[in-house]
Amino acid sequence: MVYLDFEQPIAELNEQLEKIKEVQTKGDVDVSTTIKDIEKQIAVKIKEIYENLSAWQQVQVSRHPQRPYTLGYIDYITDDNSFIELHGDRNVGDDKAMIGGMGSINGESVMFIGQQKGINTKMRQYRNFGMPNPEGYRKALRLMKMAEKFNIPVVCLIDTPGAFPGLEAEERGQGEAIARNLIEMAQLKVPLVCIVIGEGASGGALGIGMGDKVFMMENTWYSVISPENCSTILWRSWDHKEEAAEKMKLTSQDMLELGLIDGVIKEPIGGAHADPEKAFENVKNAIINSLNELRDIEPQKRVASRIKKFSTMGHCEEA
Amino acid sequence: MGWFKRMKDNIATPTIAKKETPEGLWHQCKKCKTMMTAEEHKENLWVCPTCEHHERINSTEYFSFLFDGGKYSELSPKLISGDPLKFEDTKKYKDRLKAAKAKTGLTDAITTGYGKMEDVDVVIACMNFNFIGGSMGSVVGEKISRAIDHCIKYKKPFILISKSGGARMMEAALSLMQMAKTSAKLSLLAEAKLPFISFLTDPTTGGVTASYAMLGDINISEPNALIGFAGPRVVKETIGRDLPKGFQTAEFVLEHGFLDYIVERKDMKAKLAQSIRLFMN
Ligand SMILES: [Zn+2]
Repeated sequence: MVYLDFEQPIAELNEQLEKIKEVQTKGDVDVSTTIKDIEKQIAVKIKEIYENLSAWQQVQVSRHPQRPYTLGYIDYITDDNSFIELHGDRNVGDDKAMIGGMGSINGESVMFIGQQKGINTKMRQYRNFGMPNPEGYRKALRLMKMAEKFNIPVVCLIDTPGAFPGLEAEERGQGEAIARNLIEMAQLKVPLVCIVIGEGASGGALGIGMGDKVFMMENTWYSVISPENCSTILWRSWDHKEEAAEKMKLTSQDMLELGLIDGVIKEPIGGAHADPEKAFENVKNAIINSLNELRDIEPQKRVASRIKKFSTMGHCEEA
Repeated sequence: MGWFKRMKDNIATPTIAKKETPEGLWHQCKKCKTMMTAEEHKENLWVCPTCEHHERINSTEYFSFLFDGGKYSELSPKLISGDPLKFEDTKKYKDRLKAAKAKTGLTDAITTGYGKMEDVDVVIACMNFNFIGGSMGSVVGEKISRAIDHCIKYKKPFILISKSGGARMMEAALSLMQMAKTSAKLSLLAEAKLPFISFLTDPTTGGVTASYAMLGDINISEPNALIGFAGPRVVKETIGRDLPKGFQTAEFVLEHGFLDYIVERKDMKAKLAQSIRLFMN
């Protein structure tokens, strides 16, 4: 288990628990009541910590190294053996930071698209830390257009620290790739459900994020820039990242209150990494409910209300 | 335009003349350091006659030579930024807005208007880099949105001159969503089969590049303009070495297939008007 800094009290209690359990296996003393007591203390502590997370702590949870990633969700959500991963943008290559493919949920075909992070050091590099290149966005668009052709709904799972700011990414038009996705998603004729499952950083997240329904899982963030980079630019130092996180209103609850997302998906107590199956189940239910709601709406109406939703975002005043 | 005459004059710009002319009436080219009078610089559309450096200009200047006779009607002139997040870093966002207004006399980082260009009806939106770095916040998104509504209602083509460091951080996710908003509106303009000409000027980066600036039916730029998604410093940090010469210039972006052409400012109006005539034939 990896503990975040603010989870240290939980780590300490778990350590105590392990020690007591060792005593028990030696078999001399009955410590079962002590064990129960510590377990109870742990549960209370987790609840206490997780019910009072600061914005910055939520950012930390969204990046927890044991947090489940896109393929984990897809594997659980789709019917057994139904998912087939599809590769490539048919132009430059296959982006490992952006995955996609078709599977079924209760027999209904769904196109899944999402940024993918790696589960260990080697895989993190292989997945480019979940930072897609332009071909990732173009692969996503290819799959969306294909889904549209066959009248298959699209589900996007968002988890990225941003679109990759590399030299080749610039050469191949990172900006154009994201922009193209935005204008195409606006007009996509099939239902489009987008869920932030980890990090929702800027254009790199929005590039697969213009859904009829946009959800954030409870302990995720979504904004125009990471709190660290915001701190660096506005305060000229990394030290204000906690304050930046607070000010930017980037948590799921803030985003809901700002009217920029359609709902928050609950996470198990202790975060998605504490009980991934529970997290998967909650996401699956949100997808099923949304698709049920969106399926029977006429495509033109669905597109019109999607455009209307995004067109009214913002806050201006008249002088 | 007296292009050559001025070139000669500049070479001969005497220091005596400089002394005799009040401060502020002189312009020194940022690139080649040539001195010229502000009046000469303006007559040359703020382009250096010696090295052809295109000085950064804003909506007031672009509108002065793009609209016939410099005449246009401004759209949504009263729209101003609120402070929805009550944002404060080292300064309050409210104070930043006040300071930007006082400095520029503008209401936000974009001005939109309609009028004639070589007798053709056009709507032009132009970003103001001098207003908080041309950053895209709610007002920029809403003004573009309303300008597009005007285009659709009156069947007019849309020209958008970008000049921006990207999103306005003080509006956080509200700023991010302006990318979605403007792109969604542009999809309606496309449905209406009205041309959208995106003119990318120095600099166009970040969320602006990753939304409307790259979505023109044709994308145009000025010589040597900086155009990119990630800023050059960020790219340099990512790759850990120096950037190749000419990286992210308009010429580089043209070469990689993301611009249709580059035009010098003196030819900008004629070429824009001709492009629109061909579309609206
Ligand atoms: Zn010069």
